[in-house]
Amino acid sequence: MGQQMSAPVMPPQRQPFFSLDNRYIAPMFITCILLVGHLSFGILESYKKTALAIVIAIAAEMVLGQIFFHKWLHPASAYISGISVGILVRSPAYWPYALCSLISIMSKYVLRVKGRHIWNPSNFGISVLLFLAPETVASLSIQWGNYLWPMLVIWFLGSVIIWRLRRFHITAIYVASFLAFAFLRSWMTGSPWQSEIAPITGPMYQLFIFFMITDPKTTVRSKKLQCLVVFLVALLEMVLRLHQVVYAPFYALFIVGPTAMLVEIWMDSRREHLATITAAH
Amino acid sequence: MTGNRIERIILSVIFLALVVTPLVIKRISTPRIDESKVDSKTALARHGFYLEEVSHAAGINFVHQAPKLDPKLEPIMPEVASMGASVSIVDFDRDGWPDIYVVNSGEGSKNALYRNLGDGTFKDVAGELGIADVNQTGTGVSTGAVWGDYDNDGYEDLFLIKWGRPELFHNDNGHGFTRVSEQAGLPSWINANTAVWFDYDGDGLLDLFVGGYYAENIDLWHIATTRIMPDSFEYATNGGRKYLFHNLGNGKFEEVSAKVGINSHHWALASAAADLRGSGHPDLFVSNDYGVSELYFNDGKRFHEVGQQTGVGFAPKSGMNTAFGDILNQGQYAIYVSNISEGGILIQGNNLWVPKEGTTGDAIKYDNLARDFGVELGGWSFGAQFGDLNNDGTLDLYLTNGYISLDHNRSYWYDFSKVAGGNSTIIGDAKNWPAFEGRSLSGYQTKKLWLNDGAGKFVDVALSVGVTDTYDGRSVALADLWNRGVLDVLVANQGGPLLLYKNTVTPENEWIEFELEGTASNRSAIGAQVTLFWDGQKQVQNISGGSGFAAQNDRRLHFGLGKFARIEKAVIHWPSGKVQTIDNPAAGQLHKVKEPAWVSK
Repeated sequence: MGQQMSAPVMPPQRQPFFSLDNRYIAPMFITCILLVGHLSFGILESYKKTALAIVIAIAAEMVLGQIFFHKWLHPASAYISGISVGILVRSPAYWPYALCSLISIMSKYVLRVKGRHIWNPSNFGISVLLFLAPETVASLSIQWGNYLWPMLVIWFLGSVIIWRLRRFHITAIYVASFLAFAFLRSWMTGSPWQSEIAPITGPMYQLFIFFMITDPKTTVRSKKLQCLVVFLVALLEMVLRLHQVVYAPFYALFIVGPTAMLVEIWMDSRREHLATITAAH
Repeated sequence: MTGNRIERIILSVIFLALVVTPLVIKRISTPRIDESKVDSKTALARHGFYLEEVSHAAGINFVHQAPKLDPKLEPIMPEVASMGASVSIVDFDRDGWPDIYVVNSGEGSKNALYRNLGDGTFKDVAGELGIADVNQTGTGVSTGAVWGDYDNDGYEDLFLIKWGRPELFHNDNGHGFTRVSEQAGLPSWINANTAVWFDYDGDGLLDLFVGGYYAENIDLWHIATTRIMPDSFEYATNGGRKYLFHNLGNGKFEEVSAKVGINSHHWALASAAADLRGSGHPDLFVSNDYGVSELYFNDGKRFHEVGQQTGVGFAPKSGMNTAFGDILNQGQYAIYVSNISEGGILIQGNNLWVPKEGTTGDAIKYDNLARDFGVELGGWSFGAQFGDLNNDGTLDLYLTNGYISLDHNRSYWYDFSKVAGGNSTIIGDAKNWPAFEGRSLSGYQTKKLWLNDGAGKFVDVALSVGVTDTYDGRSVALADLWNRGVLDVLVANQGGPLLLYKNTVTPENEWIEFELEGTASNRSAIGAQVTLFWDGQKQVQNISGGSGFAAQNDRRLHFGLGKFARIEKAVIHWPSGKVQTIDNPAAGQLHKVKEPAWVSK
């Protein structure tokens, strides 16, 4: 989460009467989730904390953009990171919101390999905080209305938007894998299958599925590999769940996502190297 | 990406520093806890008091039994049957020695009324007085008790809170109790954990609020469906209804909740009433499990729910306690609501609602300052009470905690968080919850005894003053059991013993106590407020008809004064509206005050 979704380059076509820049779709969607969630159930512990996370994320992006790119970067990406932190981080204190936003944005500038950042920013920030500050920070796992209609609305809207952005396959593979593994876990542990699929019906997973795992900047390029990677995320998540890790999806993506990126970068590099050698001969 | 090498190195160093910041913050902001187990002499010198668990020596050998509900709930029985332990203080025979009533929740188990013999020991007289055998099969089980003199005959009557048939027992001059539930007009079944006596309309007769937990149409021993669980972990609205029984004065009560504006199906766990805004009418605060707290402003005729308006009803948590305390000696009550905190999983944090500076009356607003004051994290927190345990002039806070203590090494938390985050169709059905299989859920927790430094900070000294138990604590009540000018502590534990912590306080610290009796007001004087002015400070306390979690403190008010105290005056606001001032009351004694016929300043 944190990178705006962008569609692959498309052939020129006639501009429709009303066309929305893809850069704005994800921010608008996540804002919708926030507003629906908050106005329906008051999901935010306080406006101030969410606002703090957003402001810090955007400010960090602006400053770092100036330093390293010498230009004002579009704030959509940082806005998504900030709002994600504002929704997903749950803490009675203020500092985790600011720190998580800052770490998330800075990770894009520090943790880079061959010019690409390899961690989804908010996945990195949230995972770091959950791991290092468990006594102060939890994540949004149960602090949302558990009713059916908002869940269906978010699933529907999210699917439509992800479809438009041509990343629906990632979401679909993950959901299918999660459900399959849920039933497998139920069979292995003897827990009711309803309890195993319960997490995916909660809001944390909606944000995770629509924003984090689909982030174009931190997913591999090939569609087939994208499917494989997201399947591996679900697989590792299952392993972590069997070890009763509460934040299994975050940690699974934290491990599998960058690993896949590194493999792709290494393969790209090897391909270029071979191409250079071939050209030289 | 451009930027020179130095800029990137600097950025990397800053980034690394930020990543380790949580560890640094943890190190420097760890709550101040005095964990050293010391001897009583050292504790007395260091903190001004120490506590000694003396229940057995005092003749109290009470062990709470949890209920066994419908077998269909067996897999999660530890959770659904996790409440019921309760303790309340009453001087039922008016002999000047506070007695202890403790409830039991096993089918067929007996409640106990420990009569204070005045010699350091107690004797259970519940059986001979007719209030022991109240958990008979088919009638439900006890979950709490609150005492109030509803007919103003001078003797405190008993309302028994139950998952089952609620009971009202009339106190027959301290010689026995007569069951009057039907005559009073009580409903046949309520699954409640909280009730409060208070005179909401100021007619001099105590009324009764009862907050339902499970829906009242559920017989937990014969459930028709397993869909009895909350339909949301934090937004549940399928809990029990609320009742306000208006005292008609002829031994009968009229249920008026809807008529006066109380319509809620939240899962109520704790409630208390006090005049929070100086309106002359007691307001009602309800802490709800699986949802937001509710604050009802009372205009004497109707109630207006102002939780969101005042700030206390915004963030949904797992409210399990309501206690009022003037923690800053400013003449205003803070409100303490306990919640759940489990590192790495669920950090709700307890709430300490402190009146926002400059807001009063109907415009009063509250800030949650639990973190700033150091009373935020108390594990799976349950009952808490404010009281000056070392007589230094500031109110301290005793909190008990611990949810389910079974296998030390296996936790249910993972399964709990998994299901609790699910859709209502999943969470709401008990059969979807994984079986407990002997696992613990926030069990074996150490208790909190936060000493108030008077300047906005509390320090946990539980271990160093002798509070070392790790039972699954539920209910806390405070009383000066042996008329020594110190507050002793009683703790009821789920499936565990009733603990009596006898307090020893340094004699240098002075005290004063008040025992009030209403005439125009209800005779129990519930709702009366005493504001004590001494040494340039003031502290307000009110007589409560129930507070904490399923608990009731002694009706006598206890003020610690510190050293060399010079008391200016005590101002009593009676529920009738009368204001009485007592100039220069002497420290070191109990002042018995009867409501005067005249109206004062």
